[in-house]
Amino acid sequence: MEVPPEAPPTPSPTAVPEAWQIPDERPRVRPGDSPGTGDRIFLGLSIGSGTLVLVIMGLVGAFLGYRAFEALSDAGFDFLTVQAWEPSTHHFGIAAVLFGTVLIGLTAVIVAVPLAIGTALYISEYAPRRLQRTFVSLVDLMAAVPSVVYGLWGAFFLQGHVIDISRFVSKYFGWFPPFSVNDTDGRVDPDNPLSSPTVYTSSTFIAGLVVGMMITPIVSSIMREAFMQAPPGEREGAYALGATRWGMIRAVVLPYGRGGMIGGTMLGLGRALGETIAVYMIISPVFTIQWHVLQNGAISVSSLIALRYGESQGLALSALFAAGFALFLMTLVVNFVASTIVARSRSGAGSEA
Amino acid sequence: MTATTSAQAEASTPPGAPPADAMPAIAPPTPGRPSTVVPAVDQPSRAAESRPRVRPGGLRDTDWMALVGALTSSAGLTWLLFERFAPFTGLVGWVFVAWTLFIGVYAVLVSLDENSQAVRDRAAAVIIHSLAFLVLIALVFAMTYVLSRGVDALKHLNFLSQDMSVTLPTDPLDKGGILHGAVATVEQIAICLVITVPLGLTCAVFLNEIPGGYTRFVRTIVEAMTALPSVVAGLFIFSTYILTFGRPKSGFAAAMALSIMMLPIIIRAADVVLRLVPGNLREASYALGSGRWRTVWHVVLPTARSGLATAIILGTARGIGETSPVLLTAGLSPQVNANPLDGPQPSLPLLAFNFYGYPQESMHTRAFGAAAVLLTLVLGLFITARTIGGRAAGDLSARQRRRAAGRSTADARRFIARARGQLSIGDVPAGGGGVGLLMHRMRSGEAPPAAPPSVSPPASAPPSYAQPQIPSTSEEPER
Repeated sequence: MEVPPEAPPTPSPTAVPEAWQIPDERPRVRPGDSPGTGDRIFLGLSIGSGTLVLVIMGLVGAFLGYRAFEALSDAGFDFLTVQAWEPSTHHFGIAAVLFGTVLIGLTAVIVAVPLAIGTALYISEYAPRRLQRTFVSLVDLMAAVPSVVYGLWGAFFLQGHVIDISRFVSKYFGWFPPFSVNDTDGRVDPDNPLSSPTVYTSSTFIAGLVVGMMITPIVSSIMREAFMQAPPGEREGAYALGATRWGMIRAVVLPYGRGGMIGGTMLGLGRALGETIAVYMIISPVFTIQWHVLQNGAISVSSLIALRYGESQGLALSALFAAGFALFLMTLVVNFVASTIVARSRSGAGSEA
Repeated sequence: MTATTSAQAEASTPPGAPPADAMPAIAPPTPGRPSTVVPAVDQPSRAAESRPRVRPGGLRDTDWMALVGALTSSAGLTWLLFERFAPFTGLVGWVFVAWTLFIGVYAVLVSLDENSQAVRDRAAAVIIHSLAFLVLIALVFAMTYVLSRGVDALKHLNFLSQDMSVTLPTDPLDKGGILHGAVATVEQIAICLVITVPLGLTCAVFLNEIPGGYTRFVRTIVEAMTALPSVVAGLFIFSTYILTFGRPKSGFAAAMALSIMMLPIIIRAADVVLRLVPGNLREASYALGSGRWRTVWHVVLPTARSGLATAIILGTARGIGETSPVLLTAGLSPQVNANPLDGPQPSLPLLAFNFYGYPQESMHTRAFGAAAVLLTLVLGLFITARTIGGRAAGDLSARQRRRAAGRSTADARRFIARARGQLSIGDVPAGGGGVGLLMHRMRSGEAPPAAPPSVSPPASAPPSYAQPQIPSTSEEPER
């Protein structure tokens, strides 16, 4: 381009005209420079808050362990094998309590998982698009209903209506040991009209039903998230190959959601193990290993704590802390495994746009 | 498959047209000119048109006939079983047997005119629908049951305005109430929010904004703690605040126990919301030269505001209903105690739990009353959360969009005013129009009228230089 030498310098096409330029008095910031004061405070605050949360969570475990130490050193290895709970005579252990906790948790999971799969599949695959958000909100609401509400409902309403099922199952499936119901005199005869229905109340089964209802929403929402992440390309591919909707679900949605299903189930189990109030309101405590799920009498760690904390002193209190510590460790392991599985199944979800 | 093949067979031999004519129906090639030979396929398609058109999503007569038929037959069979053959009783059993029979009969009916894949599809659809429906029914039923039994207590207005200090368990419902529980719940949740909201949100920001191994570790711990048994949170405060420090049970202790339980819930929910803030918004902010702090405060948090509010409200709803941390730390008392730092302060769920333990019927009704109040609170919080929030990050309501547009207009005005400050008065383009015109032109993608005579290149320069481009501002109005 020929510019006459006497002409003023032409601006290049992309240059901002002088009049539009905002003079910048600030020193130029290069990315490698040390952050400003605001950023430094922000960094300190946020890392500090993360550490504080970590410390609080660590303290929970540490204090429980510290309080439990007295009882654990008193009982030694017996703590894991003894069924009775008599700290005043130095005879206590969590064998029965832990077994009861796991049994209630498993019953709850067996109740919750089919319901959760059905709900999650319905919301992600069958529900009309307009209503999808409403259903998601309803499931979330179900998770927020206080446990004391479920407890009252279970104790006053469900109990009376479940006895029929319990009696029926124990009558026709009593040959399967967990379903048989025993009295102090031996096996209860379900055909005897004079037999008291109270043997069927306050059982592991009823507590498991209520807790199962309580964990259904959390299990369901994790599964739904996993199902909804099944890639649309694969879904359409399955349809294009002539699959029915169920065929598509089996071939695409369920395999993609497997991690979410397993992880959600385990997270639900973790919740069920720790549930206190609803279980406490329904069961009548026993301190032997009670594997007749339909029979009156059950126990869990958290309800044991709620039951005995008021009257306990010294060693008895320490024993309760030991039980709480055991529960803490158990749920921690279950939740940790579960969240690892869920996190792996949603790999890539954390990446940014 | 069978349907398609039969349709093809039918199509290849249409009843009206002779088959010999249909097959060699090829367009006669024009002599001298090469052309594409297209086999005529439109003639057989006449037969296909005569069949009813199949819509993939439509409901055919046989579909609902099978449904109704299966329903009737299963109901009848169940009635026969229960009334005539087997000694079954109970509503739950009736429904279960009827449901099982329904699925069986429905599958048989569908298999009469569909293949096995379709049968499996229908049966799966019925099972999934009924499982979801069962969950819905159970939820609605549990809630209405508690609410309807609680109404008996709530009918007496004193239930919300009195405490239990002068009321005996045997007293009728027109004496005593749960005022002390309501006061306690409000105070404890307020303390709880003061602790958890700043800490929880800062921690969630930390998890999202400062990547690294340490962050991953904290996130793992927080996720594992989300399902920390609430009774363990209560035990922790019981062992530290009450046993180690020797303080009495109080509302403050309960609030701390609740905070420990709510903290991971809020952090996790807020973390999920913040993760959805689009990365390019952040990058744009950094590209404009703002630091981390400015980016978080002016870009990330405002973008995720509705989601964060939802996270906090849902965490509150969970905290309000928790009984077991409060059970170990709050203590029980029958009168109103407005001081959370001293003296027992039982909250609503604890009262409901406590009333349940009495043998009297009136106390049970009070328990239902307290639970109903609690349930109403949770429902209210929930509806609030869904109304104000529930939008994904960056998804704005119409009003928010207008406000954002207003803000960026104001910003553009500010920039222009600043730029204009650099121009002398005489530099403003003749004819004026001022900022408004300037903005209008910029927004409509025109080159800015920044060609005042004093700064414009001399007339001898090529015309392309006459209208200099300002890249950033001319592209900005595209939004």
